[in-house]
Amino acid sequence: MKPRLTLGPIQYFWDADTKRDFYARIADEAPVDTVYLGENVCSKRQPFFDQHIEEVAERLTRGGKRVVHSGLAEVMLKRERKSCADMAEQGMLEIEVNNAAGLFHLPEGKPHRVGPYMNAYGEETIAWMVSKGATHVTVPTELPGSSVEVLAKTAAKLGIGLEVQVFGRACLATSARCYHARAYGRTKDNCQFVCEEHSDGMELNTRDGQSFLRVNGIQTMSHSYVNLFAEVPAMAAMGVTDLRLMPQDTDMIEVARIFDDIRDGRGDMETAQARFDALSFVAPPSNGFWHGEAGHRRITAKAAALA
Amino acid sequence: MITGDVVGELVCPAGTPASLRTAVDAGADSIYCGFQNATNARNFPGLNFTPKELAGAVDYAHERGANVLLALNSYPPAGKFELWREAADLGAELDVDAYIVADMGVARYISEKHPDRRLHLSVQAAAASPDAINYYVREFGVKRVVLPRILTIPEIHEIKAEISAEIETFIFGNHGLMVEGRCSLTNYATGLSTNMDGVCSPAHLVEYVKDSAGNMSSQLGGYTIDRFGPDESAGYPTICKGRYCNEVQPDGYYAFEEPISLNLSKLLPDLMEAGVTAFKIEGRQRSRAYVRKVVSAFRAAVDDVRAGRDPKLADLVALTEGQKQTEGAFKTKKWR
Repeated sequence: MKPRLTLGPIQYFWDADTKRDFYARIADEAPVDTVYLGENVCSKRQPFFDQHIEEVAERLTRGGKRVVHSGLAEVMLKRERKSCADMAEQGMLEIEVNNAAGLFHLPEGKPHRVGPYMNAYGEETIAWMVSKGATHVTVPTELPGSSVEVLAKTAAKLGIGLEVQVFGRACLATSARCYHARAYGRTKDNCQFVCEEHSDGMELNTRDGQSFLRVNGIQTMSHSYVNLFAEVPAMAAMGVTDLRLMPQDTDMIEVARIFDDIRDGRGDMETAQARFDALSFVAPPSNGFWHGEAGHRRITAKAAALA
Repeated sequence: MITGDVVGELVCPAGTPASLRTAVDAGADSIYCGFQNATNARNFPGLNFTPKELAGAVDYAHERGANVLLALNSYPPAGKFELWREAADLGAELDVDAYIVADMGVARYISEKHPDRRLHLSVQAAAASPDAINYYVREFGVKRVVLPRILTIPEIHEIKAEISAEIETFIFGNHGLMVEGRCSLTNYATGLSTNMDGVCSPAHLVEYVKDSAGNMSSQLGGYTIDRFGPDESAGYPTICKGRYCNEVQPDGYYAFEEPISLNLSKLLPDLMEAGVTAFKIEGRQRSRAYVRKVVSAFRAAVDDVRAGRDPKLADLVALTEGQKQTEGAFKTKKWR
């Protein structure tokens, strides 16, 4: 079966106009089936875009996209708890829960999606989530393909969707502390939204000059872009139903088109590689997690064998 | 048996049977430990218990009125649940007093198969709000939550007012910076996962590389986590304690946190006042001497507080990482 393409929530703090323009283009031009809207990372950013979600969702729906409202990964403060409760109770959009606080507020049996921050690593965990109304699960980015293969069978048996991130930086860690603010000698409470300075994350290089990580507010991300384009045919064969593209500050329309061609069997992997090369990403690709190796690695031989 | 009525229950680490006996003898009320496999979040070589060792340890503790808490707090990846199931069943057979769990599948299994045993929610579950905690209480009957090290004391007080579960907080040892159970930094650098393999900065992938000028790079999986001058002592490469560079801080800075230990000894009365039931000491990887010294000091301190005396704390700074200590988030929101 041909997997669907999804666009994950924007992880960075892009201003509202940039986001609206971005989603307008996605609505018109990107061959994705589903778009996740909402803030995963920092509740201080929420007021800037939450007021536009309805309008943007409407725009995307007109463009033929299915829209899912995705929630916060870290929930601690009153406003964050309220955000979870509001999301659970609203009936307009399908929702993706990323914190157990969100599950707590769900009315009994209400259908929902389980996001990548919920640690759905195994069959028993997913079976539990489905018994509570989960209809779709995105696995943690670090889950290897060998485990995804097992979960895809479980998901098919349970009749739910199973989604894997195939493009974009991996979220590696979340903290209560804002590392963006810290770099500028500030704290989370007086951050002055300095994370807006880095539309693709703030570099963290090692003292020996290696590119290593990216800071995005309270989130720490991989420097490399996960790119599992060569693994798509294998994922389709094992029954992964949805492939998630995480927005980066690059031409996401072209990224979506490349993946669309691959899932449709149009063109070969060399052509796809050449098209990715032409995009000149600021970071190298990686597929280590999928192959059960260090996440930053790019396993060329295995990727070729699978293709 | 744990009733939750003891305020100031001292929960101490044991990486080996000898450490467990040391902790019990030094006055621990409860000891937490794990099996020698991926079922717990401190799956380090030379650490943890065989089933036979755990049986002996439970006997030793129970004869002296202490409790044993079994850590099953990693996340079973698809296809490997059997290992966690066996560990849970074995724990019941050996009569452990509670399980410390993080994964919902594991929690569900134990709550259905061993409903009479206490479930404690591990810090690895990252439940940092009353709502998240109440989810685990409602669905799995969790009796106690180990809170992440990111909350202030007033916030802990507010959480307690909204939950029925007991609260356990870390008071001494490693100062965890990332939300636990949501960190793949080690896996990104090494291919071994904290959540799935119970590994953080594994020693066999650590290298210390010296250049011609005498600078030492402390590396994990080939990444330089910090570099030290000839006069500095090189620290262990833990990713969230490293120094990095960027356009804002070109000379290198502790991007996440300095190598520093949590020490809440001065805050024990405030924590009790806030409704904390149990105090947890981190460090299953630590030596017996360390365990003896830290557990004895906190035993005396807790007894002093209970008796209404000012706690006289032995100087524990020498035992802290980098000989530096902090009260972290517990003291002030500015930490964030």
